[in-house]
Amino acid sequence: MMAELKNIFDIAGRSMAAQQVRLNTVASNIANANVRSGTAEAAFRPLRPVFQTYFEGGRRNAQMATTDVRDVVELDRDPQQIHDPGHPLADEQGFVYVSTVDVNDEMVDMLEASRQYQNNLEVVTTLRTLMLRTVNMGKS
Amino acid sequence: MNALKDHISFQASTLVLREKRNNLLASNIANAATPNYKARDMDFDREMARQNGESPVRMSSARHVDGLASIGTSGVKYRQPLNPSFDGNTVEMAVEQMEFSENSLRYMTTLTFLNKRISGLMTAIRGE
Repeated sequence: MMAELKNIFDIAGRSMAAQQVRLNTVASNIANANVRSGTAEAAFRPLRPVFQTYFEGGRRNAQMATTDVRDVVELDRDPQQIHDPGHPLADEQGFVYVSTVDVNDEMVDMLEASRQYQNNLEVVTTLRTLMLRTVNMGKS
Repeated sequence: MNALKDHISFQASTLVLREKRNNLLASNIANAATPNYKARDMDFDREMARQNGESPVRMSSARHVDGLASIGTSGVKYRQPLNPSFDGNTVEMAVEQMEFSENSLRYMTTLTFLNKRISGLMTAIRGE
């Protein structure tokens, strides 16, 4: 199990790490859009992270919670079969298999992940200012 | 010594409670994209009253809900969502952001009051 949550930096940091994983999968998916391969098994399938909430001190009484990536799974989308006998990877019947990455889907995911990342960063910035002022309590 | 402590203890305990609430709201924002996560919050007035030994508003039934539904015994409650979402997540970014900015502003306000109290004490000690 992952380490315990102590403060806001742990909460936001781990959530940002989760979003980073999501952005990485989006980048991999877009990089592999329309990539062809010789067999249906070898064709690229889009990757998706599975998020899970981590509750500090149990689900019922948790005062703090953050996001963990439980797993990265391949989507169960069959690759598209295309007849292209001229392709060097084509099989005996002249078929190649194209990865079914929906670029629009990926763009939406990318935007959402980057917004979540920014929101977490904004929380850290705000609370850091509050902490700094608290440290300087009584001086002004 | 106790007189000095009492002078600032109200603001100090408020600050602690505000920080707790900030952690809750930050957790909500951190989990805005997690399926089935239920947004959490605390009833600040009620917690404040409980901390100061005042009895909270009594309800005719323990199962009555006052905008937030109880989870455990620590005063943490579930937020009632305005719009249900497809993946079972009840974090509404606009709500969380407004609550968060209000809470941090109130934290800042309490801190300012605390600073004024401390500088008031300093003036009294120096006798200027």
